[in-house]
Amino acid sequence: MREIDAVNITTAVKKLAIEAATDLEPDILDALVAARDRETSELAKNILELLINNADIASREKIPVCQDTGVGVVFVDIGQEVHVTGNLYDAIQEGVRAGYQEGYLRKSVCDPLLRVNTATNTPAIIHFDIVSGDDIKISFLPKGCGSENMSKLTMLPPSAGTAGVIGFVADTVFAAGSNPCPPVIVGVGIGGTFEKAAFLAKRALLRPLGIASARDDVAELEKRLLSVINEKGQGVHGFGGNNTALAVHIETYPTHIASLPVAVNIQCHAHRHKESTL
Amino acid sequence: MSLLRYRPDFFDSLKEVKVPFEEGVLEDLHAGQLVSLTGSLYTGRDQTHRRLCELIESGRDLPVDFHDQLLYYVGPSPAKPGQVIGAAGPTTSYRMDAYTPQLLDLGLKATLGKGQRSEQVREAMLKAGAVYLASIGGAGALLSKCITQCDLVAFEDAGPEALFRLEVESFPAVVINDIHGRDYYQIVRDKRKSA
Repeated sequence: MREIDAVNITTAVKKLAIEAATDLEPDILDALVAARDRETSELAKNILELLINNADIASREKIPVCQDTGVGVVFVDIGQEVHVTGNLYDAIQEGVRAGYQEGYLRKSVCDPLLRVNTATNTPAIIHFDIVSGDDIKISFLPKGCGSENMSKLTMLPPSAGTAGVIGFVADTVFAAGSNPCPPVIVGVGIGGTFEKAAFLAKRALLRPLGIASARDDVAELEKRLLSVINEKGQGVHGFGGNNTALAVHIETYPTHIASLPVAVNIQCHAHRHKESTL
Repeated sequence: MSLLRYRPDFFDSLKEVKVPFEEGVLEDLHAGQLVSLTGSLYTGRDQTHRRLCELIESGRDLPVDFHDQLLYYVGPSPAKPGQVIGAAGPTTSYRMDAYTPQLLDLGLKATLGKGQRSEQVREAMLKAGAVYLASIGGAGALLSKCITQCDLVAFEDAGPEALFRLEVESFPAVVINDIHGRDYYQIVRDKRKSA
Protein backbone atom coordinates (compact mmCIF):
# COMPACT_ATOMS: atom_id res chain seq x y z
CA MET A 1 0.00 0.00 0.00
CA ARG A 2 1.31 3.44 -0.99
CA GLU A 3 1.87 5.92 1.84
CA ILE A 4 1.21 9.66 1.49
CA ASP A 5 2.02 12.02 4.33
CA ALA A 6 -0.85 14.38 5.22
CA VAL A 7 1.63 17.28 5.08
CA ASN A 8 1.87 16.76 1.32
CA ILE A 9 -1.90 17.01 1.05
CA THR A 10 -1.84 20.35 2.88
CA THR A 11 0.88 21.67 0.56
CA ALA A 12 -1.04 20.58 -2.54
CA VAL A 13 -4.35 22.07 -1.41
CA LYS A 14 -2.72 25.36 -0.46
CA LYS A 15 -1.13 25.63 -3.90
CA LEU A 16 -4.41 24.78 -5.64
CA ALA A 17 -6.31 27.42 -3.62
CA ILE A 18 -3.80 30.18 -4.42
CA GLU A 19 -3.44 29.34 -8.10
CA ALA A 20 -7.15 28.77 -8.73
CA ALA A 21 -7.97 32.31 -7.58
CA THR A 22 -5.70 34.07 -10.04
CA ASP A 23 -5.14 31.73 -12.99
CA LEU A 24 -8.06 30.62 -15.12
CA GLU A 25 -7.61 27.27 -16.82
CA PRO A 26 -7.33 27.09 -20.65
CA ASP A 27 -10.81 25.57 -21.00
CA ILE A 28 -12.59 28.64 -19.61
CA LEU A 29 -10.23 31.10 -21.34
CA ASP A 30 -10.86 29.43 -24.69
CA ALA A 31 -14.62 29.47 -24.05
CA LEU A 32 -14.56 33.22 -23.30
CA VAL A 33 -12.61 33.93 -26.49
CA ALA A 34 -15.01 31.80 -28.55
CA ALA A 35 -17.99 33.58 -26.96
CA ARG A 36 -16.49 36.99 -27.77
CA ASP A 37 -15.95 35.96 -31.39
CA ARG A 38 -19.55 34.83 -31.92
CA GLU A 39 -21.19 37.56 -29.79
CA THR A 40 -23.93 39.55 -31.54
CA SER A 41 -24.41 42.38 -29.02
CA GLU A 42 -21.82 45.16 -29.22
CA LEU A 43 -21.96 45.90 -25.48
CA ALA A 44 -21.74 42.20 -24.59
CA LYS A 45 -18.77 41.82 -26.93
CA ASN A 46 -16.99 44.67 -25.17
CA ILE A 47 -17.72 43.14 -21.78
CA LEU A 48 -16.37 39.74 -22.92
CA GLU A 49 -13.23 41.46 -24.16
CA LEU A 50 -12.82 43.11 -20.75
CA LEU A 51 -13.30 39.75 -19.04
CA ILE A 52 -10.47 38.35 -21.14
CA ASN A 53 -8.35 41.38 -20.18
CA ASN A 54 -9.31 40.78 -16.55
CA ALA A 55 -8.05 37.19 -16.69
CA ASP A 56 -4.81 38.46 -18.21
CA ILE A 57 -4.27 41.07 -15.46
CA ALA A 58 -5.18 38.52 -12.77
CA SER A 59 -2.70 35.96 -14.02
CA ARG A 60 0.18 38.35 -14.63
CA GLU A 61 -0.17 40.34 -11.42
CA LYS A 62 -1.57 37.54 -9.25
CA ILE A 63 -4.69 39.49 -8.33
CA PRO A 64 -7.80 37.31 -7.85
CA VAL A 65 -9.92 37.10 -11.01
CA CYS A 66 -12.91 37.98 -8.82
CA GLN A 67 -12.96 39.38 -5.27
CA ASP A 68 -15.35 36.57 -4.31
CA THR A 69 -12.69 33.90 -3.98
CA GLY A 70 -15.46 31.61 -2.88
CA VAL A 71 -16.09 28.85 -0.48
CA GLY A 72 -13.62 26.05 -1.17
CA VAL A 73 -15.28 22.98 -2.65
CA VAL A 74 -12.80 20.12 -2.67
CA PHE A 75 -13.33 16.83 -4.48
CA VAL A 76 -10.95 14.15 -3.28
CA ASP A 77 -10.79 10.89 -5.23
CA ILE A 78 -8.78 8.49 -3.12
CA GLY A 79 -7.29 5.38 -4.65
CA GLN A 80 -8.08 2.38 -2.48
CA GLU A 81 -4.41 1.36 -2.52
CA VAL A 82 -3.31 4.56 -0.73
CA HIS A 83 -2.85 5.15 2.96
CA VAL A 84 -2.60 8.70 4.32
CA THR A 85 -0.35 9.15 7.34
CA GLY A 86 -2.03 11.73 9.55
CA ASN A 87 -5.48 13.25 9.43
CA LEU A 88 -6.63 13.71 5.83
CA TYR A 89 -9.63 15.90 6.64
CA ASP A 90 -7.60 18.27 8.84
CA ALA A 91 -4.79 18.35 6.26
CA ILE A 92 -7.20 19.59 3.56
CA GLN A 93 -8.73 22.23 5.83
CA GLU A 94 -5.25 23.43 6.82
CA GLY A 95 -4.32 23.73 3.12
CA VAL A 96 -7.39 25.89 2.50
CA ARG A 97 -6.69 28.05 5.54
CA ALA A 98 -3.05 28.59 4.58
CA GLY A 99 -3.87 29.19 0.92
CA TYR A 100 -6.45 31.88 1.65
CA GLN A 101 -4.17 33.56 4.20
CA GLU A 102 -0.94 33.51 2.21
CA GLY A 103 -2.61 34.17 -1.15
CA TYR A 104 -4.39 37.34 0.08
CA LEU A 105 -7.71 35.75 -0.82
CA ARG A 106 -11.01 36.92 0.60
CA LYS A 107 -12.33 34.93 3.53
CA SER A 108 -16.03 34.59 2.96
CA VAL A 109 -17.11 31.70 5.18
CA CYS A 110 -19.39 32.52 8.11
CA ASP A 111 -21.87 30.95 10.52
CA PRO A 112 -25.18 30.59 8.64
CA LEU A 113 -27.32 32.06 11.41
CA LEU A 114 -25.02 34.34 13.39
CA ARG A 115 -23.27 35.55 10.19
CA VAL A 116 -19.94 35.74 12.06
CA ASN A 117 -17.00 35.21 9.70
CA THR A 118 -14.74 32.28 10.65
CA ALA A 119 -11.85 34.48 9.38
CA THR A 120 -10.04 31.51 7.83
CA ASN A 121 -12.35 30.62 4.92
CA THR A 122 -12.70 27.22 6.56
CA PRO A 123 -14.37 24.86 6.82
CA ALA A 124 -14.22 23.99 3.13
CA ILE A 125 -16.82 21.63 1.65
CA ILE A 126 -15.09 18.29 1.05
CA HIS A 127 -16.43 15.43 -1.06
CA PHE A 128 -14.50 12.16 -0.68
CA ASP A 129 -14.79 9.33 -3.15
CA ILE A 130 -13.00 5.98 -3.12
CA VAL A 131 -11.68 4.95 -6.53
CA SER A 132 -9.33 2.24 -7.79
CA GLY A 133 -5.56 2.77 -7.96
CA ASP A 134 -2.94 4.29 -5.65
CA ASP A 135 -3.29 8.00 -6.44
CA ILE A 136 -5.13 10.80 -4.72
CA LYS A 137 -6.73 13.28 -7.10
CA ILE A 138 -7.71 16.61 -5.59
CA SER A 139 -9.95 19.04 -7.49
CA PHE A 140 -10.36 22.51 -6.03
CA LEU A 141 -13.38 24.57 -7.06
CA PRO A 142 -13.59 27.91 -5.24
CA LYS A 143 -17.30 28.60 -5.62
CA GLY A 144 -18.52 32.17 -5.68
CA CYS A 145 -21.99 32.59 -4.25
CA GLY A 146 -23.41 35.17 -6.65
CA SER A 147 -23.92 32.19 -8.92
CA GLU A 148 -24.37 29.55 -6.20
CA ASN A 149 -27.36 31.52 -4.85
CA MET A 150 -29.15 31.16 -8.19
CA SER A 151 -29.02 27.34 -8.08
CA LYS A 152 -32.15 25.22 -7.62
CA LEU A 153 -33.36 21.68 -7.10
CA THR A 154 -36.72 20.11 -7.82
CA MET A 155 -38.26 16.66 -7.52
CA LEU A 156 -40.23 16.24 -10.75
CA PRO A 157 -42.82 13.53 -11.29
CA PRO A 158 -41.49 11.00 -13.84
CA SER A 159 -44.35 12.04 -16.16
CA ALA A 160 -42.62 15.42 -16.61
CA GLY A 161 -39.96 13.63 -18.65
CA THR A 162 -37.26 15.32 -20.69
CA ALA A 163 -39.54 18.27 -21.47
CA GLY A 164 -39.94 18.86 -17.73
CA VAL A 165 -36.17 18.77 -17.25
CA ILE A 166 -35.60 21.28 -20.06
CA GLY A 167 -38.28 23.58 -18.67
CA PHE A 168 -36.88 23.54 -15.15
CA VAL A 169 -33.25 24.09 -16.17
CA ALA A 170 -34.09 26.89 -18.62
CA ASP A 171 -36.45 28.62 -16.17
CA THR A 172 -33.76 28.49 -13.47
CA VAL A 173 -31.24 30.19 -15.77
CA PHE A 174 -33.79 32.78 -16.98
CA ALA A 175 -34.96 33.59 -13.45
CA ALA A 176 -31.33 34.18 -12.43
CA GLY A 177 -31.08 36.89 -15.10
CA SER A 178 -27.94 38.98 -14.71
CA ASN A 179 -27.37 38.02 -11.04
CA PRO A 180 -24.95 35.08 -11.47
CA CYS A 181 -22.56 36.92 -13.85
CA PRO A 182 -23.47 35.34 -17.19
CA PRO A 183 -22.14 33.86 -19.42
CA VAL A 184 -22.65 31.00 -16.99
CA ILE A 185 -21.81 27.34 -16.95
CA VAL A 186 -24.84 25.26 -16.08
CA GLY A 187 -24.20 22.11 -14.04
CA VAL A 188 -27.18 19.77 -14.07
CA GLY A 189 -27.69 16.64 -11.98
CA ILE A 190 -30.52 14.35 -13.06
CA GLY A 191 -31.58 11.30 -11.06
CA GLY A 192 -30.38 9.64 -7.88
CA THR A 193 -31.93 11.12 -4.77
CA PHE A 194 -32.34 14.65 -3.42
CA GLU A 195 -28.70 15.02 -2.31
CA LYS A 196 -27.25 12.92 -5.13
CA ALA A 197 -28.76 15.20 -7.77
CA ALA A 198 -27.25 18.27 -6.09
CA PHE A 199 -23.86 16.58 -5.88
CA LEU A 200 -23.98 15.57 -9.56
CA ALA A 201 -24.85 19.14 -10.56
CA LYS A 202 -21.78 20.43 -8.72
CA ARG A 203 -19.54 17.66 -10.01
CA ALA A 204 -20.70 18.40 -13.57
CA LEU A 205 -18.95 21.77 -13.29
CA LEU A 206 -15.61 19.99 -13.08
CA ARG A 207 -15.93 18.47 -16.53
CA PRO A 208 -13.67 20.47 -18.88
CA LEU A 209 -15.59 22.87 -21.12
CA GLY A 210 -15.92 21.61 -24.66
CA ILE A 211 -16.32 17.98 -23.65
CA ALA A 212 -19.81 16.58 -24.06
CA SER A 213 -21.41 13.84 -21.98
CA ALA A 214 -20.20 10.35 -22.88
CA ARG A 215 -23.83 9.30 -23.29
CA ASP A 216 -25.17 10.28 -26.72
CA ASP A 217 -28.72 11.09 -25.59
CA VAL A 218 -27.39 13.20 -22.69
CA ALA A 219 -24.94 15.00 -25.01
CA GLU A 220 -27.90 15.78 -27.28
CA LEU A 221 -29.87 17.14 -24.31
CA GLU A 222 -26.88 19.33 -23.30
CA LYS A 223 -26.76 20.78 -26.80
CA ARG A 224 -30.50 21.38 -26.91
CA LEU A 225 -30.54 23.10 -23.52
CA LEU A 226 -27.60 25.32 -24.43
CA SER A 227 -29.39 26.46 -27.55
CA VAL A 228 -32.68 27.15 -25.69
CA ILE A 229 -30.79 29.15 -23.02
CA ASN A 230 -28.77 31.18 -25.52
CA GLU A 231 -31.77 31.89 -27.73
CA LYS A 232 -33.98 33.28 -24.98
CA GLY A 233 -31.58 34.24 -22.20
CA GLN A 234 -30.60 37.77 -21.28
CA GLY A 235 -27.03 37.43 -22.48
CA VAL A 236 -23.72 38.53 -21.00
CA HIS A 237 -24.47 40.40 -17.75
CA GLY A 238 -28.09 40.83 -18.89
CA PHE A 239 -27.02 43.09 -21.76
CA GLY A 240 -28.43 40.97 -24.58
CA GLY A 241 -26.74 38.92 -27.28
CA ASN A 242 -26.30 35.18 -27.71
CA ASN A 243 -24.05 34.16 -24.81
CA THR A 244 -26.10 33.59 -21.68
CA ALA A 245 -24.34 30.25 -21.11
CA LEU A 246 -20.98 28.90 -22.23
CA ALA A 247 -21.90 25.29 -21.60
CA VAL A 248 -24.47 22.93 -20.12
CA HIS A 249 -23.01 19.86 -18.40
CA ILE A 250 -25.37 17.10 -17.37
CA GLU A 251 -24.54 14.17 -15.12
CA THR A 252 -27.10 11.41 -14.56
CA TYR A 253 -27.58 8.56 -12.09
CA PRO A 254 -30.30 5.91 -11.85
CA THR A 255 -33.20 6.96 -9.67
CA HIS A 256 -36.32 5.51 -7.99
CA ILE A 257 -39.26 4.51 -10.22
CA ALA A 258 -41.33 7.23 -8.53
CA SER A 259 -38.77 10.00 -8.85
CA LEU A 260 -37.07 12.46 -11.24
CA PRO A 261 -34.79 14.73 -9.20
CA VAL A 262 -33.25 17.63 -11.15
CA ALA A 263 -30.62 19.96 -9.69
CA VAL A 264 -29.18 23.02 -11.40
CA ASN A 265 -25.90 24.42 -10.09
CA ILE A 266 -25.00 27.69 -11.76
CA GLN A 267 -21.39 28.74 -12.17
CA CYS A 268 -20.25 32.23 -13.16
CA HIS A 269 -17.91 33.00 -16.06
CA ALA A 270 -15.08 33.33 -13.52
CA HIS A 271 -15.02 29.54 -13.51
CA ARG A 272 -12.02 28.80 -11.32
CA HIS A 273 -10.88 25.23 -10.88
CA LYS A 274 -7.56 23.45 -10.42
CA GLU A 275 -6.64 19.80 -10.16
CA SER A 276 -3.66 17.97 -8.76
CA THR A 277 -2.79 14.28 -8.50
CA LEU A 278 -0.53 12.99 -5.76
CA MET B 1 -4.60 54.99 -16.60
CA SER B 2 -3.50 51.43 -17.09
CA LEU B 3 -6.92 50.22 -18.26
CA LEU B 4 -6.76 52.39 -21.34
CA ARG B 5 -3.95 50.18 -22.53
CA TYR B 6 -6.51 47.43 -22.95
CA ARG B 7 -9.46 49.09 -24.63
CA PRO B 8 -8.77 52.74 -25.45
CA ASP B 9 -11.66 52.80 -27.94
CA PHE B 10 -14.09 51.41 -25.39
CA PHE B 11 -13.05 53.58 -22.48
CA ASP B 12 -13.00 56.73 -24.60
CA SER B 13 -16.62 56.11 -25.56
CA LEU B 14 -17.88 56.26 -21.97
CA LYS B 15 -19.56 59.37 -20.61
CA GLU B 16 -17.35 60.81 -17.88
CA VAL B 17 -19.23 61.44 -14.66
CA LYS B 18 -17.90 62.87 -11.39
CA VAL B 19 -18.95 61.28 -8.09
CA PRO B 20 -20.50 62.49 -5.85
CA PHE B 21 -22.77 63.80 -8.60
CA GLU B 22 -22.83 67.42 -9.57
CA GLU B 23 -26.09 69.35 -9.85
CA GLY B 24 -28.24 68.25 -12.80
CA VAL B 25 -26.06 65.30 -13.90
CA LEU B 26 -28.55 62.59 -12.95
CA GLU B 27 -31.23 64.07 -15.23
CA ASP B 28 -28.98 63.39 -18.21
CA LEU B 29 -28.19 59.77 -17.44
CA HIS B 30 -30.30 57.24 -19.30
CA ALA B 31 -30.78 53.48 -18.99
CA GLY B 32 -28.23 51.62 -21.10
CA GLN B 33 -25.69 54.43 -21.10
CA LEU B 34 -22.05 53.61 -20.42
CA VAL B 35 -20.38 55.84 -17.87
CA SER B 36 -16.92 56.25 -16.42
CA LEU B 37 -16.92 57.34 -12.77
CA THR B 38 -14.23 59.49 -11.20
CA GLY B 39 -14.21 60.78 -7.63
CA SER B 40 -15.09 59.30 -4.26
CA LEU B 41 -17.67 56.77 -3.15
CA TYR B 42 -18.51 54.53 -0.22
CA THR B 43 -18.69 50.74 -0.15
CA GLY B 44 -20.99 48.36 1.66
CA ARG B 45 -22.52 44.93 1.35
CA ASP B 46 -24.68 42.62 3.47
CA GLN B 47 -23.34 43.18 7.00
CA THR B 48 -22.67 46.90 6.43
CA HIS B 49 -26.27 47.38 5.39
CA ARG B 50 -27.62 45.38 8.33
CA ARG B 51 -25.58 47.47 10.75
CA LEU B 52 -26.42 50.81 9.11
CA CYS B 53 -30.12 50.03 9.28
CA GLU B 54 -29.83 48.98 12.92
CA LEU B 55 -28.25 52.38 13.65
CA ILE B 56 -31.02 54.16 11.74
CA GLU B 57 -33.74 52.21 13.54
CA SER B 58 -32.28 52.97 16.96
CA GLY B 59 -31.94 56.67 16.11
CA ARG B 60 -28.14 56.73 16.35
CA ASP B 61 -25.67 58.58 14.11
CA LEU B 62 -24.27 56.88 11.02
CA PRO B 63 -20.50 56.75 10.42
CA VAL B 64 -20.93 58.69 7.14
CA ASP B 65 -23.34 61.18 5.59
CA PHE B 66 -24.89 59.46 2.57
CA HIS B 67 -26.46 62.62 1.19
CA ASP B 68 -25.79 62.83 -2.60
CA GLN B 69 -23.35 59.90 -2.37
CA LEU B 70 -22.81 56.73 -4.39
CA LEU B 71 -22.74 53.40 -2.56
CA TYR B 72 -20.82 50.59 -4.23
CA TYR B 73 -21.71 46.99 -3.32
CA VAL B 74 -18.31 45.36 -2.98
CA GLY B 75 -16.36 43.22 -0.55
CA PRO B 76 -12.78 43.50 -1.82
CA SER B 77 -10.15 40.82 -1.46
CA PRO B 78 -7.22 41.86 0.79
CA ALA B 79 -4.57 44.17 -0.68
CA LYS B 80 -1.10 42.72 -1.01
CA PRO B 81 1.78 44.88 0.22
CA GLY B 82 2.12 47.77 -2.24
CA GLN B 83 -1.43 47.45 -3.58
CA VAL B 84 -4.23 49.95 -2.94
CA ILE B 85 -6.84 47.20 -2.83
CA GLY B 86 -7.26 43.59 -3.94
CA ALA B 87 -9.83 42.46 -6.50
CA ALA B 88 -12.83 44.75 -6.20
CA GLY B 89 -15.70 44.01 -8.57
CA PRO B 90 -19.42 44.39 -7.81
CA THR B 91 -21.46 41.91 -5.77
CA THR B 92 -25.09 41.01 -6.53
CA SER B 93 -27.36 43.89 -5.56
CA TYR B 94 -30.68 42.21 -4.70
CA ARG B 95 -29.32 41.18 -1.31
CA MET B 96 -29.26 44.88 -0.37
CA ASP B 97 -32.86 45.46 -1.55
CA ALA B 98 -34.29 45.05 1.94
CA TYR B 99 -32.16 47.94 3.20
CA THR B 100 -31.88 50.29 0.21
CA PRO B 101 -35.10 52.35 0.69
CA GLN B 102 -33.94 53.41 4.18
CA LEU B 103 -30.63 54.69 2.77
CA LEU B 104 -32.38 56.48 -0.10
CA ASP B 105 -34.45 58.29 2.55
CA LEU B 106 -31.14 59.68 3.87
CA GLY B 107 -30.35 61.26 0.49
CA LEU B 108 -28.29 58.49 -1.14
CA LYS B 109 -28.33 59.22 -4.87
CA ALA B 110 -26.85 56.14 -6.49
CA THR B 111 -26.04 52.52 -5.94
CA LEU B 112 -23.58 50.42 -7.93
CA GLY B 113 -23.58 46.62 -8.11
CA LYS B 114 -24.80 43.97 -10.52
CA GLY B 115 -28.12 42.30 -11.22
CA GLN B 116 -31.69 43.47 -11.05
CA ARG B 117 -33.38 45.36 -8.18
CA SER B 118 -36.76 44.63 -6.62
CA GLU B 119 -39.86 46.54 -7.62
CA GLN B 120 -39.91 48.14 -4.18
CA VAL B 121 -36.37 49.48 -4.64
CA ARG B 122 -37.12 50.69 -8.17
CA GLU B 123 -40.10 52.64 -6.83
CA ALA B 124 -38.07 54.04 -3.94
CA MET B 125 -35.34 55.15 -6.39
CA LEU B 126 -37.88 56.88 -8.60
CA LYS B 127 -39.29 58.71 -5.59
CA ALA B 128 -35.82 59.69 -4.38
CA GLY B 129 -34.52 60.67 -7.83
CA ALA B 130 -31.73 58.10 -7.53
CA VAL B 131 -30.02 55.90 -10.12
CA TYR B 132 -28.77 52.32 -10.08
CA LEU B 133 -25.66 51.36 -12.01
CA ALA B 134 -24.10 47.98 -12.77
CA SER B 135 -20.41 47.40 -13.22
CA ILE B 136 -18.67 44.31 -14.59
CA GLY B 137 -19.24 41.29 -12.34
CA GLY B 138 -16.28 38.93 -12.20
CA ALA B 139 -13.78 41.55 -13.38
CA GLY B 140 -12.36 42.30 -9.94
CA ALA B 141 -8.70 42.36 -11.01
CA LEU B 142 -9.35 44.81 -13.85
CA LEU B 143 -11.62 47.06 -11.77
CA SER B 144 -9.01 47.24 -8.98
CA LYS B 145 -6.92 49.26 -11.47
CA CYS B 146 -9.56 52.00 -11.37
CA ILE B 147 -9.26 52.44 -7.59
CA THR B 148 -6.57 54.86 -6.49
CA GLN B 149 -7.25 54.97 -2.74
CA CYS B 150 -9.03 52.85 -0.15
CA ASP B 151 -9.68 54.05 3.41
CA LEU B 152 -11.43 52.11 6.13
CA VAL B 153 -14.34 54.14 7.54
CA ALA B 154 -16.32 51.80 9.82
CA PHE B 155 -17.16 48.23 10.85
CA GLU B 156 -13.55 46.98 10.67
CA ASP B 157 -14.53 43.76 12.48
CA ALA B 158 -16.74 42.81 9.52
CA GLY B 159 -13.56 42.11 7.52
CA PRO B 160 -14.29 42.25 3.77
CA GLU B 161 -17.73 43.60 4.62
CA ALA B 162 -16.38 46.77 6.27
CA LEU B 163 -17.39 50.22 5.05
CA PHE B 164 -14.61 51.77 2.95
CA ARG B 165 -14.23 55.08 1.19
CA LEU B 166 -12.73 54.67 -2.28
CA GLU B 167 -11.19 57.11 -4.72
CA VAL B 168 -11.93 55.92 -8.24
CA GLU B 169 -10.70 56.97 -11.64
CA SER B 170 -12.48 56.06 -14.89
CA PHE B 171 -14.45 53.28 -13.20
CA PRO B 172 -16.72 51.74 -15.88
CA ALA B 173 -20.44 51.15 -15.29
CA VAL B 174 -23.74 50.85 -17.13
CA VAL B 175 -26.81 52.84 -16.11
CA ILE B 176 -29.54 50.28 -15.31
CA ASN B 177 -32.24 52.38 -13.64
CA ASP B 178 -32.40 56.07 -14.51
CA ILE B 179 -34.39 58.74 -12.67
CA HIS B 180 -37.03 58.66 -15.42
CA GLY B 181 -38.14 55.15 -14.43
CA ARG B 182 -36.43 53.21 -17.21
CA ASP B 183 -34.79 49.84 -16.48
CA TYR B 184 -32.11 48.65 -18.90
CA TYR B 185 -32.46 44.94 -18.02
CA GLN B 186 -36.20 45.25 -18.75
CA ILE B 187 -35.49 47.04 -22.02
CA VAL B 188 -33.21 44.15 -23.08
CA ARG B 189 -35.84 41.56 -22.07
CA ASP B 190 -38.58 43.41 -23.95
CA LYS B 191 -36.41 43.59 -27.07
CA ARG B 192 -35.83 39.83 -26.94
CA LYS B 193 -39.54 39.16 -26.63
CA SER B 194 -40.37 41.30 -29.65
CA ALA B 195 -37.45 39.93 -31.74
